[in-house]
Amino acid sequence: MSDQERVLTGSHFLLGDHACAEGAMAAGCDLFAGYPITPSTETAERLALRMPAVGAIFLQMEDELASMSALVGASLAGARAMSATSGPGFALMMENIGMAAMMEAPCVVVNIQRGAPSTGLPTLVGQSDMMQCKWGSHGDYEIVAYSPSSPQECFDHVIKAFNTADRWRIPVFVMADELIGHMTERVVIPPADQIPRVERKRPRHKPGDPSFLHCLAEDEDLVPPIVHAGEGYRVNFDSLTHDEKGYPATFPDPHDRLVRRLVNKIRLHTDQIMEYEEIFLDDAELAVIAYGSTARSARRAVNEARKDGIRVGLLRLITVWPFPENKVRELSKQVKAFVVPEVNLGQMSRETERFTSLPVIGVNHAGGVMMAPDPIFDTIREVAKNA
Amino acid sequence: MRHDIRVAGFGGQGMLLAGLLIGKAAALYDGKEAVLTQSYGPEARGGASNADVIIDDDPIDYPLITRPDYFVAMFQEAYERYRPVMVKDGILLIESDLVKPWPDEGPYRGIPATRVAEELGRRIVANVVMVGFFSGATGLISAHAGEQAIRNTLRPRLVDLNLKAFNAGYEYAKKQEAS
Repeated sequence: MSDQERVLTGSHFLLGDHACAEGAMAAGCDLFAGYPITPSTETAERLALRMPAVGAIFLQMEDELASMSALVGASLAGARAMSATSGPGFALMMENIGMAAMMEAPCVVVNIQRGAPSTGLPTLVGQSDMMQCKWGSHGDYEIVAYSPSSPQECFDHVIKAFNTADRWRIPVFVMADELIGHMTERVVIPPADQIPRVERKRPRHKPGDPSFLHCLAEDEDLVPPIVHAGEGYRVNFDSLTHDEKGYPATFPDPHDRLVRRLVNKIRLHTDQIMEYEEIFLDDAELAVIAYGSTARSARRAVNEARKDGIRVGLLRLITVWPFPENKVRELSKQVKAFVVPEVNLGQMSRETERFTSLPVIGVNHAGGVMMAPDPIFDTIREVAKNA
Repeated sequence: MRHDIRVAGFGGQGMLLAGLLIGKAAALYDGKEAVLTQSYGPEARGGASNADVIIDDDPIDYPLITRPDYFVAMFQEAYERYRPVMVKDGILLIESDLVKPWPDEGPYRGIPATRVAEELGRRIVANVVMVGFFSGATGLISAHAGEQAIRNTLRPRLVDLNLKAFNAGYEYAKKQEAS
């Protein structure tokens, strides 16, 4: 490995965790702040080697609370900032994830999920942080979460995450799982000039312009331009409810206005953010919805069921949040039931239920082992027989 | 066609590197698809340690191995632990000084990989001798791809020794076939 290059253009046989690290490198991540935790440690380990060699900053923090604080600070100073963790560390980040949402500080957190709750299964797979990443901090806010199914997607999704974070000024999560983080597969890294990069929206006003309100979102996208510390603007970032100047305004009306905007900037633009892959859905009478490592088993199960003549398709989530609610509504007019396998006791299956009146059948395991194709296949067969 | 390969030995014998070289050779230099997974966790430290590699012409969906088609055993305990799950008529390769097959074992092929490595000056390259033997005996990875994987994985000062180890294992397999 050439440690001196930002972008390791070429084909590699890479561990998922390392692919997350290379995604950060290719995305131009300026600062990583984290606290090592299995099964995400290899991401930090590789970045500890890689980042200083290109003049970027790697910080090992005292804990995950501080890691998340460092991300917010770095972000507001103009840096692309990332951390990597797993469930217990992610739980500790929640308070300051809310702060990132409130201050509209773009940042990226990779969560290599393991069996939970609590310290649970440190070395074994889980997918049970899907609701935590959506609702973990207090208050109403919106985030975006990607769910890679391969080391290649670990690389790709980290780049997407940085671009989405900067575009919408939100914290963005890459919700991988231990199986994907610890598997090694081919990862193709494109030339540096082909890595997509979305720049942050910057103010039109010059520093010192008294008419500039840095928390005012004038555009249709509801995203205010971001000012960076040290550029000469007199700005105030506050986690308290603030007005368009950024000063505390802890009253009902400004609060409703601000929180509604933080939520609507994502909810009104999900079509620009949401991504999924459709496999055999055109003529499907049954739809499987899956993500992360489980999507690989779901693909096998769907292929096997097709060989048996069952008209089943797969909706593979690339963003788990925003959830493709309109796609589920649309499929509800076509299919007879949904099958949702996941390594938790029913998180995205519950989300599916919100958008359909059809039966939603979960295939669940609490964690510790990758979802195998067989229970998904058996459920597909069972449901197809009764549908 | 999908081939499920388990490489198993004693912790410290370099089974993960062996698996990495096989997978990397296939995925980057033979134009195949390959996935590597490993046993991970406290139970994998000391005692039997293994790396699982899948090689396929098509993209691989389910990345785990339940019943290997190819089983490479570098140590007795690893042989005893994983031999029962190998498919019927699977291909068994063993470190013939360190693994004593059960009396009812079917056909298999062996190489004294550690001794061959010692003859090259470093017993630590026994794992790469075995990778060369695997290449020669099964043809699942080409010799060229194996060598490329070694060149692009190991630190420069270790490349020559490991290429020698690979070739020693490969030639051993070819001579065994000829005799």
